[in-house]
Amino acid sequence: MAAVIPAGALIASVVVLATKAGPAVRVNGAHFLTGSDWKLGNTYGAIQHTDGVAHPLGSSYGAWPLIAGTLQSSAIALIIAVPISLGAAFALTERLPRWLSSILRFGIELLAGVPSVLIGLWGALTLGPLLARDVYPIVADHMPNVPVLSYFKNPVGHGEGLLTSGIVLALMIVPIIASTARNLFAQVPALPKEGGEALGLTDWEVTRKITLPWVRSGLIGATVLGLGRALGETIAIAMVSGALLNTITPNVYGTMGTVAAAIVSQLDSAFTDGTGFAIASLAELALVLSIVSLLVNMLARFIVHRTDSLSAPVGVGF
Amino acid sequence: MAKEVTALPSPRRRHLANWLFFRVGSMLALLLVVGPVLWVVVTVVANAAPHWKWSVLTTTTQGTSGGLENAVLGTLLLLLGVLVIAGVIGVAGGIYLAELVGTKANGKPRGGVFRAATEVLSGVPSIVLGYVGFTALVVGLHWQLSLLPAWIVLSVMVVPYIARGTETALRQVPTVYREGAEALGMPLGYGLRKVVLRSAIPGVVTSLLIALAISAGETAPLLYTAGWSVDNPSFSLLHKQVGYLTYPVWEFWDYPSKQAHYLSFDAALLLVVIVLILLVTARLIVARTQRHAESRR
Repeated sequence: MAAVIPAGALIASVVVLATKAGPAVRVNGAHFLTGSDWKLGNTYGAIQHTDGVAHPLGSSYGAWPLIAGTLQSSAIALIIAVPISLGAAFALTERLPRWLSSILRFGIELLAGVPSVLIGLWGALTLGPLLARDVYPIVADHMPNVPVLSYFKNPVGHGEGLLTSGIVLALMIVPIIASTARNLFAQVPALPKEGGEALGLTDWEVTRKITLPWVRSGLIGATVLGLGRALGETIAIAMVSGALLNTITPNVYGTMGTVAAAIVSQLDSAFTDGTGFAIASLAELALVLSIVSLLVNMLARFIVHRTDSLSAPVGVGF
Repeated sequence: MAKEVTALPSPRRRHLANWLFFRVGSMLALLLVVGPVLWVVVTVVANAAPHWKWSVLTTTTQGTSGGLENAVLGTLLLLLGVLVIAGVIGVAGGIYLAELVGTKANGKPRGGVFRAATEVLSGVPSIVLGYVGFTALVVGLHWQLSLLPAWIVLSVMVVPYIARGTETALRQVPTVYREGAEALGMPLGYGLRKVVLRSAIPGVVTSLLIALAISAGETAPLLYTAGWSVDNPSFSLLHKQVGYLTYPVWEFWDYPSKQAHYLSFDAALLLVVIVLILLVTARLIVARTQRHAESRR
């Protein structure tokens, strides 16, 4: 009975979202994914009917800036978080002094447990302004005007924006990637590693030539798992991104918005739409987010588990 | 056929690389993981401590000033409900997955569908769960913003963690214990309760504490299920909004008034304290059991 509840909750969630989003899906069509104007329309004025669905005159829902913002901030988060997590995971599995590794393990647990609203508060009031005052200007002034790097040029803004969001997101996904990677490293059998040591390889060479190849696909899974979390993170990003709806940032410092942050910041104003079409469109946004994160998560679990099954099952007759 | 033998770089360069990537690299990672945690906590404490008044705990919120008694009591009430609902479901699910499902012909445990559903559920963004709770329970069933939908959504959110933690803890109990219980003629349920579950209790409690820490820190799903109230929580399950600690942090931090700002950081400090207590207790339990496990060998 208890085991049915997660499956039931999962199916119920998707069904509820799909039902609620139905009218919005029909009216918004492909414009929802490609358009870049999120407007409630005139909520006090005339009501228009499209395909039998009532919505305010002039309403238009294009979520492309939000989708782009989500992808951009998650990509930045992964670029920052993956090396840090791997370093932390190495430090945990290899021969660090005991007191050090226990501090690190507790640090990772704490980082996973710090409420995202606190990380958002710190990001918006301390980290963001600090970066915008002391770090971003130096970076921006020294960037050459070549493709990719020109995204790092001025103006740097006030600390709310894409890069700050990416850094904050990175912090929040480090625990997931690091702990998954640590479990993977721990599964690499000792014999090949000892063989490497016996051949005179240094610790780093053993890691790079034996441990890493052994768990490569698992590490990809761990990264995708982190991506899943980054895509859905809400409150912290709503606090440090600027929570915009219709803007794709021109450089990495600019204010932007993500799908998850929009769901949390738009519900209040969605209620002003008497036809309920704004609520339906938000449901469509939630539907898009949940389908994407479900796919990403299932992919990640699949990859991680394929590596997992190499190891002996613990507690089942061993 | 044989691979071409390539010369290794000089020993000095190899050891430099080792030192650079390994010692310096892991130290840097350590710094970048532990540093931000400390920084967040220090920021909160430094901003809250100068104006901290104990009366915050005994007065309720008035608009954007006053105290946080309502929020503290609300958060505790939410945690209590999650502990009961998610605790029962999660532990039962974990026991089911670890002990009762049996094994397939190829030696893999059964119950793959439920395990997969649990894991996938843990990957659904909490805002989506909150939104579903809002449309289905708050609006759909006319429960309005209130305690019960908040309990349900938070529970659905943390059940995967508890089930997973319970399953892992049970799998670490040696098979010999189960065989011993069976050899003594204990019925399955009795042996499970008295022998297997008892040895797994530290792991189960740890997962419960971590689940509570997660629930205490949630904001997004609560905004759309619990609402916000400046009154102390009553025990009515439906139709009455509930206050909780993450709301003032999220809502008041960028208000212009100084009182609102203070309130935001007071709530943040209380959150830090609650979450730290839960996580440190969980850590201590783990450390204690590990010490015992080692001394037994």
